[in-house]
Amino acid sequence: MTDDLTRLTAADLAARLAAREVSSVEATQAHLDRIAAVDGAVHAFLHVSSDEALAAARDVDSRRAAGDDLHPLAGVPIAVKDVVVTKGIPTTAGSRILEGWVPPYDATLVERLKAAGLPILGKTNMDEFAMGSSTEHSAYGQTHNPWDLERIPGGSGGGSAAAVAAFEAPLAIGTDTGGSIRQPGAVTGTVGSKPTYGGVSRYGLIAMASSLDQAGPVTRSVLDAALLHELIGGHDHRDSTSIAEPVAPLADAARQGALGDLTGVRVGVVTELGGEGYQAGVRARFEEGLDLLRAAGAEIVEVSCPHFVYALGAYYLIMPSEASSNLAKFDGMRFGLRVEPSEGPVTAERVMSATRGAGFGDEVKRRVILGTYALSAGYYDAYYGSAQKVRTLIQRDFAAAFAQADVLVSPTAPTTAFKLGEKLDDPLAMYLNDVATIPANLAGVPGMSIPSGLSDDGLPVGFQVLAPAKADDRMYRVGAALEAALENVWGGPLLAQAPELEVAR
Amino acid sequence: MSTISRDEVARVASLARIDLSEAELDRLAGELDVIVAAIAQVSEVATPDVPATSHPLPLVNVFRDDVPEPPLPVEDVLAGAPSAEDGRFMVPQILGEE
Repeated sequence: MTDDLTRLTAADLAARLAAREVSSVEATQAHLDRIAAVDGAVHAFLHVSSDEALAAARDVDSRRAAGDDLHPLAGVPIAVKDVVVTKGIPTTAGSRILEGWVPPYDATLVERLKAAGLPILGKTNMDEFAMGSSTEHSAYGQTHNPWDLERIPGGSGGGSAAAVAAFEAPLAIGTDTGGSIRQPGAVTGTVGSKPTYGGVSRYGLIAMASSLDQAGPVTRSVLDAALLHELIGGHDHRDSTSIAEPVAPLADAARQGALGDLTGVRVGVVTELGGEGYQAGVRARFEEGLDLLRAAGAEIVEVSCPHFVYALGAYYLIMPSEASSNLAKFDGMRFGLRVEPSEGPVTAERVMSATRGAGFGDEVKRRVILGTYALSAGYYDAYYGSAQKVRTLIQRDFAAAFAQADVLVSPTAPTTAFKLGEKLDDPLAMYLNDVATIPANLAGVPGMSIPSGLSDDGLPVGFQVLAPAKADDRMYRVGAALEAALENVWGGPLLAQAPELEVAR
Repeated sequence: MSTISRDEVARVASLARIDLSEAELDRLAGELDVIVAAIAQVSEVATPDVPATSHPLPLVNVFRDDVPEPPLPVEDVLAGAPSAEDGRFMVPQILGEE
């Protein structure tokens, strides 16, 4: 297996690149070949940018040959969620309304990837405008979970998670508004990390809910997530919510954690994020994870966050409200689709309505209308105003919990991957997938999901670690310690247990 | 108990500038009603003594130095527009006839 470059972690591939055992062109081509072989069945990618990726790989190879000082991840290819704009590469956010749009600029995080010499393999599938938990709301077809092709890969970043799980890319970029990095990580057996709000620039992300959105790493190991987070994180003057402080040393924290000693670390189990409504196999793997943390020297304490039960309600008022405002820019005038009304006068207002009626999918319409309703006269105080108060209560819960514990933990999602189509007609059931991940977005705190084994149904389960704002290093330390302990039990990474995908010729 | 009627959905959809078909109006009225009933519980704990939070981390306004930066090239921006003419976006008439 060591000869297969697609099976390596990003850190291991980076080491082989640095030792000049392999070239970036070879590594990039190996992943493009893997995409050609399996993506017909997985459909993780909306666009594969082979030419651009190979050109970037050649460039980094020649810089390495010239003895240039390169970033540790230089030459390691990466996939980018289609909600992040990429100059010259089509970007649709999974929506018909942006079909064929080619952005004239790069997101800040893309600039940083390019500057560090990471070839971009392509753009990954997602729920339209990141609205969903299954990637079924993409206008361009479903992504299939590599563990079982009839099941969802999670969402909204199902494409990024599936690409990494299917060894089509060692690294990917995701975005997380209510769990869209972490929940796909949980159901695909991969690592997904949502940084502190403001930790990674949002410039060039097609916004859903601006006070909740955050980009972050999608990987197969905690160390890889830390390395990628360090690369894309840090202050950006073009995002005024960007934290104006240097990124903490995250890879060091992951390496320290992997040594396995958590003596003196207090781990808080959140009472409200477990129990009823969580699958038995999910609960069992979570309890086993706690045992391993305890064995590593951590002190396990139970903490209560009584207002977390209101988080889902607050989220489904705040997020649609902000989305309805952010999506007003899709008016058929400056970019993307324009549809003229089939009858009557062709005025700007009527063109806008016709364009949005034709260009938005069901879930986007649902949320924009819900948000417009929540913000409209007569309802504002009862809905949006109340939700913002709940946000305060949830932040207070976090503050009290972090006074008793260094990190908080829970299952990432209440269930394993469900069947494609199973929850598509029941929006409320779909929304419940994010019940454990949403509180972190409302409070802006960092969170990550790491694989914690297989449930009774043979499908992956995720273990969530939450840390206080700007203490992202803590979740990497604890996450890496748990990952090391689990892989010691399993005799290797969880993904080694995934079924082999049929390879197309 | 119905809180969002079909007429209400139609009114809000027109505020949101989204044309909906008759079938979409029927379906959304039912769905939104269920969703709003489920999330309305937030008002239980949102008592007057609780301050509202708009943003996860405390923010202050951010200024940059008043120095011009090069904008995107006009032709690059217009390349993605549905219609353009003479270096500008081409749009339908803004006002109706009356």
